[in-house]
Amino acid sequence: MNDLTQRLPRASWLADRATTESAAIRWTLTGLVIGLLGLLLILPLIAIFAQALEKGVQIYLASFTEPDAIAAVHLTLLVAAIAVPLNVVFGLSASWAIAKFDFTGKQVLLTLIDLPFSVSPIISGLIYVLLFGLQGLLGPWLASHDIKIIFAVPGIVLSTIFVTFPFVARELIPLMQSQGTEEEEAALVLGATGWQTFFRVTIPNVKWGLLYGVILCNARAMGEFGAVSVVSGHIRGLTNTMPLHVEILYNEYNFVAAFAVASLLSLLALVTLVVKSVIEWYTHHEQRFREDIRLPVPEGLS
Amino acid sequence: MSLPQWINHRFRPHGVLPGFGLTLGYSVFYLSIIVLIPLGALLFKTTTLSWSEFWAIVTAPRVLASYRLSFGASLAAALFNLVVGSLVAWVLVRYTFPGRKLLDALVDLPFALPTAVAGIALTALYAPNGWIGRYFTPYDLKIAYTPLGITIALIFIGLPFVVRTVQPVLQDIEPELEEAAASLGASRWQTFTRVILPTLTPALLTGFALAFSRTLGEYGSVVFISGNMPMKTEIVPLLIITKLEQYDYAGATAIAVVMLFASFILLLVINLLQEWSTIRRATP
Repeated sequence: MNDLTQRLPRASWLADRATTESAAIRWTLTGLVIGLLGLLLILPLIAIFAQALEKGVQIYLASFTEPDAIAAVHLTLLVAAIAVPLNVVFGLSASWAIAKFDFTGKQVLLTLIDLPFSVSPIISGLIYVLLFGLQGLLGPWLASHDIKIIFAVPGIVLSTIFVTFPFVARELIPLMQSQGTEEEEAALVLGATGWQTFFRVTIPNVKWGLLYGVILCNARAMGEFGAVSVVSGHIRGLTNTMPLHVEILYNEYNFVAAFAVASLLSLLALVTLVVKSVIEWYTHHEQRFREDIRLPVPEGLS
Repeated sequence: MSLPQWINHRFRPHGVLPGFGLTLGYSVFYLSIIVLIPLGALLFKTTTLSWSEFWAIVTAPRVLASYRLSFGASLAAALFNLVVGSLVAWVLVRYTFPGRKLLDALVDLPFALPTAVAGIALTALYAPNGWIGRYFTPYDLKIAYTPLGITIALIFIGLPFVVRTVQPVLQDIEPELEEAAASLGASRWQTFTRVILPTLTPALLTGFALAFSRTLGEYGSVVFISGNMPMKTEIVPLLIITKLEQYDYAGATAIAVVMLFASFILLLVINLLQEWSTIRRATP
């Protein structure tokens, strides 16, 4: 009893203390996390740029004018320019079917879409070698028709499509599911065609999620290494993407050039993170804005 | 009757929206071309091996050593990430400090950074003459080109999985729960272990399984730091590539099937964990 009365005056700050830790613990944990993330994430990032600039800016910049480096940049851009749009079309199509309709086997389809994420990149490349390689199932037929897929650009594109397959669909499906079908139904009732509804109602509603998926898909498409490495054949100037070019330069002990190309890919990663954060910030605020202006529903309609 | 029309006829659900046959038909077609048929080719190739041949390949001593290394290093990295990832999630959600938003955004760096770039950066840090490695050289401790180096690369790759799985659950915990625990006389530590931790358990396990599953097949970030010595620092994906380069397609395929099987089991476990997690969050 005595104990209780002694504690009463302190109750106001006790209430605060009950749901958080003491300042000492808070600062220790925060410091620990800053230190760990600095060591695990920030230091490797600094190392890339430091190694790339080790011999001065001029040698750094010279690494990009080398013909093989330029060819690698071109190939990387080309592969992303094919893989990303194809996966966007698939993502839109799959999310429309899955989010707007109920059908048997939906769960199986969802699991299959996720499949490429759980497969090792090496296996993602291997499956195309087994299908299209010289010893592969379709290999003899392709060879007799003079079509090259493995150790050529089509193989690189295919394996890149495989590893980036789920990105757009995974962003769009939950988003479209949460939005329901009412707005599309209203558009149809008002006389819009299916395509008009899709482009004027559905797409504007999911534009941020779509952009988010595209950004992540693109980053992975340009940076993929394992799968592409299996199917590319590493022909300099022809089938080398930027990550593969980094590997070749590194294995030739040409560290400055390797880290220079790597720094370009790191910049791409940083830009991806910035755009991602901006989209997250924007959607968060847009959502709050929408909630603020939501009109009261007239009685009888709700 | 065209294929989209047939799909509409066979599976058509109730509703007025158009395009079901077209979108489902195209999605399944594209999925088959890109994912299902190539994966089928892998399984088909395996059937060209007899069971005893298959077994001899996947249990050869060099292959067994690579399983041990891959599973061991992934497990160690996932356990490290379970602890550090939860700590990072806790600090990012619960405390405010300058630079918090920046750190929060940086957590996704391993998702965005190409694995080969991460690989050479980590090797530059942990090689015997690297920024960090040089402080261990006098004590005869090697980090790069040992299983420890491989584990560090896998920690880098797996970290965001735990943080991003735990973070939203931590954000959703009602402060009332903790207040109730405190008002009933629980100390802060008791509240943490008896109220917060049980709520987080499904998310922690999911994050752990995701990190483990992702790092098991990882190649790009590991291949530079591992040293690639057979029996010692050779991970399973690297062994598959080695077999491919020797034109041993059957050998590569057999090992790949074992890895694929492990991935499927992990995918199943993750799906079950996520289901559990959703149920937990719906009914606290």
